[in-house]
This record gives sequence, C-alpha cells and structure tokens, in this order.
Amino acid sequence: MEMEAQKYQIDLGNLMAYDPHPSFSSLPSDREQLVKECLQKGTELVQAIVDVLFNLHSTEDRDGPIVQLPPPTTRLPREKHLPKPKPPTKWELFAQKKGIKNRKKDKLVFDEQTGTWKRRHGYDRVDDDKDVPIIEAKMTDEPGEDPFAKRQAEKKNRVEKQEKNRLQNLKKAAKVDALPSHIQLAATALPITGTQSAPKKVSKDELENVAGMAATATASGGKFDKKLPGEKSAKHPGKFRKFLPVAEGSGMGAQEQQQTEKILNKLISKHSHEILDVDKAVTMFNVRKEKKKRNQQGKSSSMSDKLKPKKNFNKNASNKGFSKKGSSKKGKTK
Amino acid sequence: MLTVKTPKTKKAKRALDKRAPKFVENLKKTLILHGTKTSNVLNHVLTEIYHLKKDCAIKYSRKNDSIRPFESGGETSLEFFSLKTDCSLFIFGSHSKKRPNNLVIGRTYDHHIYDLVEVGVENFKTMESFSYDKKMAPRVGSKPFFAFLGEGFENVEELKHLKEVLLDLFRGEVVENLNIAGVDHAYVCTAVSSNRVFFTHCALRLKRSGTVVPRMEMVEVGPSMDFVVRRHRLPNDSLKKEAMKTATDRPKKKEKNVSRDVIQGKIGKIYIPDQQVGDVALSHKAKGLKRERREGKLKNNVSEHKAKKQKADGE
Repeated sequence: MEMEAQKYQIDLGNLMAYDPHPSFSSLPSDREQLVKECLQKGTELVQAIVDVLFNLHSTEDRDGPIVQLPPPTTRLPREKHLPKPKPPTKWELFAQKKGIKNRKKDKLVFDEQTGTWKRRHGYDRVDDDKDVPIIEAKMTDEPGEDPFAKRQAEKKNRVEKQEKNRLQNLKKAAKVDALPSHIQLAATALPITGTQSAPKKVSKDELENVAGMAATATASGGKFDKKLPGEKSAKHPGKFRKFLPVAEGSGMGAQEQQQTEKILNKLISKHSHEILDVDKAVTMFNVRKEKKKRNQQGKSSSMSDKLKPKKNFNKNASNKGFSKKGSSKKGKTK
Repeated sequence: MLTVKTPKTKKAKRALDKRAPKFVENLKKTLILHGTKTSNVLNHVLTEIYHLKKDCAIKYSRKNDSIRPFESGGETSLEFFSLKTDCSLFIFGSHSKKRPNNLVIGRTYDHHIYDLVEVGVENFKTMESFSYDKKMAPRVGSKPFFAFLGEGFENVEELKHLKEVLLDLFRGEVVENLNIAGVDHAYVCTAVSSNRVFFTHCALRLKRSGTVVPRMEMVEVGPSMDFVVRRHRLPNDSLKKEAMKTATDRPKKKEKNVSRDVIQGKIGKIYIPDQQVGDVALSHKAKGLKRERREGKLKNNVSEHKAKKQKADGE
C-alpha cells in the first residue's frame, strides 16, 4: 500500500508518521486549499499508522482492544539526570571486607526475664534499659557511681555516635551527588565567636526592638518611615536630643549657664570634698594595711624574699586618702 | 556544621520522591507564562495550549518582567519556576513591535535551560471558531497521533528542532498498552516553507471498513496557527549527550514468593492470614433471620401451637 514516493517514517511508540515528500499537486495559492491539502495528507499518514496499529496483537479488555506499543524510536532528552548509585557506607565497606553477612532477625524475641515473647524494637521491648532490676557490681566499679545512669549515658553516646556516622555517610553520598531524594543536608549557621555555642535564634521582640533602634538613626527619628503591615510603631518615638531655648533669661531661663557650670565643676572639681568620700577612703586603707600585716606574719616564715607576693603597683591604690585632687587649682574656678 | 533534614510526614516524603530523578521518568509538565506585554491573540494561544494539556500544565497569570530566555541573565526566574513547579517544558509568550506574537518554547534539563525555540504565531484560529459535531470532540489526556509533512523537517536545522520540541510538548504519557478504540485526535504539522510551519489539531473518527483496520476520518477541531521560526538555541553537545543517556543496567525488581522446582516447575507461595471465625462480618440479610426475631417467633409458635391444640381439643 505504501508507494515509493510516499514511504513514511513511522514511529509507533509515539504514534507519529513523517512524510518527507508530500506531493502537493501545485503550491496551493490560497489558504483554504492549503488547509484542505494538509488535512488530506494528514489523514493518509494517520491511516498508515492505524494500519500498522490494528494489525498488532491485541488483547480484549472491557473498554476495548488493548495493544502493546513498541518503545518509541525518536529519542527525546530526559528531564532529570539519571539517579547515581549510592556509595557504600562505612559499615557496608567493613562488612564486605570482613565477609559479614546480614542475618535476618525475628520481630519477636523470647524474653528470659518475664518468660514471654516480646518484640525486638519499640514499645515494651526485650532488654529495655528501664526494665533492668539489678545490676551486679564488678570489681572495676567505682563506689558512688550510678550504674543505671551509666548505662543510660552509654546508650546516649552510642546514639550520638551513630548519628555522627550517618551524617558522615550522607556527606559522602552528597559529594558524589547520590543523596537519597527525601533527605537534604542543610548548613546551620556557624558561630563567629570562638565559642562552640550555637548562635541564639533572634526572637520577634528582639527584632522589633532592633528595627525601632535602627529607625531612630534617621534624621527625623523614624517618624516618617514606611511601615510594613503588622509592624508596630517605635517605643521611643522622636528624638532624644533636647536643645536649649535660644532666648536666655535668668533663673529658669539660665539653663545653658547651669549646664556649663555643672560640667565645669565636675572637671575642675571646685567642691572636691564632695567628690571624695574621706571616711570610706580611710577605712579602705586601714583594711588593706591589716591584711598586709596578716599576710606578712603568715608567710614570712615559709617563703623567701623572692617568692613574696609583689606589692600592688596600681596607680590609684596608694593615693587614696592622701591627695586632694584639685587642691592646687582651687582658686581657678569662678 | 550540617544537619540532616528529613520530611516529617509520609505525605511530604512521597511528594519529594515523586520529584526525584528516576530511571523511568514521570510525564513532563509544562509551565505556561507570559512576559511584560501580550496581545489578544497570544492570550488565546496560551489558554488554548493550556486546555490541550490540562492535566500536565501549569499556567501563570501574572506578567514576568525579568524573564528573557535568550539572554544570559534572564533565565534565572525561569529556572526557579521550573524547580518550584517541577516543570521541564515551558512556553513563554510575549509581544513586541520587533517580535509580534512571540512564543518561546523551551525545555529544561535538571532545571537548567536545555534548549529554546522562538516562534511567531500567525493566522491563529481558536477552538471556538471551528464548528463540528460535538460528539467527535477529543477527550483530555488521550494519546494523540502526529503527522509531519514536508522535507523541511529533515533538511532545515530549525524545523528539525521544532519537530522534536512539538513532539515532546504534545505527546503525553509514554505508555506500553494502548486502547486503540480510544484514539481521539491528531496533530498535523506541515512545513510550508523553510521557516514556516502550519500547525493544526484534528479530531479522529474511526469508520467501519471491510477489514479489521477502520477508515480514519479527520475533522479540524482545535487551534490552528502558523509558526514562523525566529530564533533557536540548540543544547551543547556534552549536555545533549548526558540528557540522551538511557538506563540500560536497571536494577531488576525481585520477584517475591515465586520459586522454581525441577519436578513441579514454577511454584508460587500464597500467604493467607488466620481466619477469625468469630469476627467475620455477618451478612446483611433479611431482618427475619436475626436471633431475637427467630426466638420471638419460636415462642409465638409455641403459644400458637398451644392455642391451636386447645382449640383442637376444644373442638
């Protein structure tokens, strides 16, 4: 039925037919003709496929005859890469080397203690740590050590070790890009400080506070900033600077004068006796003196001169109670 | 410091496994979106393609400014969407003065752009403009036939590429068993010239003929348009090689509970759970068979019997 000029390339798996030389009678002038010609030729092609299709061996199903299609011949690219085989885990390598075979274990195990069949893992299992009534003391045991707590701690260590090994195996697999599809390795943030403690997660309140603080850094104190939906206004609205009134008077109006006076006094210490608490300084000195005496009495017999604790060379320690700081400058304030 | 993240629910695990790379892959999904400006024609084109591929297509309705498939930086959004929706085919429509009614059909490999074909749509006719007997309308999801006409599909690079892409776009699931009574529709593509392809969608009807093979009748149903190939980008050779790799050494599935014996041949094992006779659900039969009713009836019968007897005695 296929003529030489019309040998089609049929891809049965895709139900596709391609005619490299459709013989159009003449190049169709208008669109209608073109469409008709195309449909006609198309029908012929589809008929050709159907010929082959219906001659295949078919099984009867309740919906109709079912035919087994061959795999498609046109190769199309995959959408994802081929899955890579998992590299063997550390235990698998070891087992291979030693020739250790995996033995199938039963789900139920006979428990000697209770004389019943208990499951191996899970609730009410054989050999649970909490079911052990008595642990016999060994010669190597230290007194005062809780063997039950020790067992629990050992188990915890085992579990941690196992988790670490699992992570190492997964990292190896991730290197070869063969990580199982449902597992992801997520990097947690590394602490910048030298300590090993994990950085604390910032809470919502802290973030709000920080946002408020940052907002006050603007020239208008964060008053006109665009707020996100749900963001509350800053707790300390406005600015903190207080500017003194320009017009100066006396009494209440002499604020600038008072301000500068206060600062100057502190610097030049006009009333230095208010700065230094003499009684306190004297008692401190006395206490220190007594301590020194006691130490000398105790240690002079046992230690040589070189090993004596060195005297405190702190700048302010010996000066307390003896100097009056601004005494020479007394006359210079207003 | 790395931590292992595993899904907490079985449903999440199943969803992740669905998207994982496999030996035999899932059906390729298509992402349909558009750029800053679209024309009326282009909107119709996109919606109709979406309807043709209803099961396996996702249509975005917002405009995407930052997507420019042919530029080096403009593909990141596309790759992100492809990753999020697990779509490996995309159709990006845009309209500009230089390229009116522009469609970029692209494929991704591992959620990175694999290849692109840019076509312009001309002489578009929507599905509604065709009038036909509604009974012939093809169903969504049925496997289509393809008819390619013209030597351009063999000789011209761009048309070869377009043919491959159209096949990938519309072919649907790759199935082994096909119900041949259910073939519904066909796509006809004709290479009119070296850069123009006439594309149309037709419904099929199988008519009775003398032999086993029925006679095919085609009626134009769906959208018909002219594709004018503008630009295209083929994949790198290395990428192409990698994408075309097939799995030959697939781990065979172990057949369980089947063993072979020299004497008896193939033996299978069937496991039957223990029957709990007491817990078997009683059949929902007539009310009359219920125990209370039966006993009640018995009592009645006895009393009737007695009454009858008395009567008989009395008589």
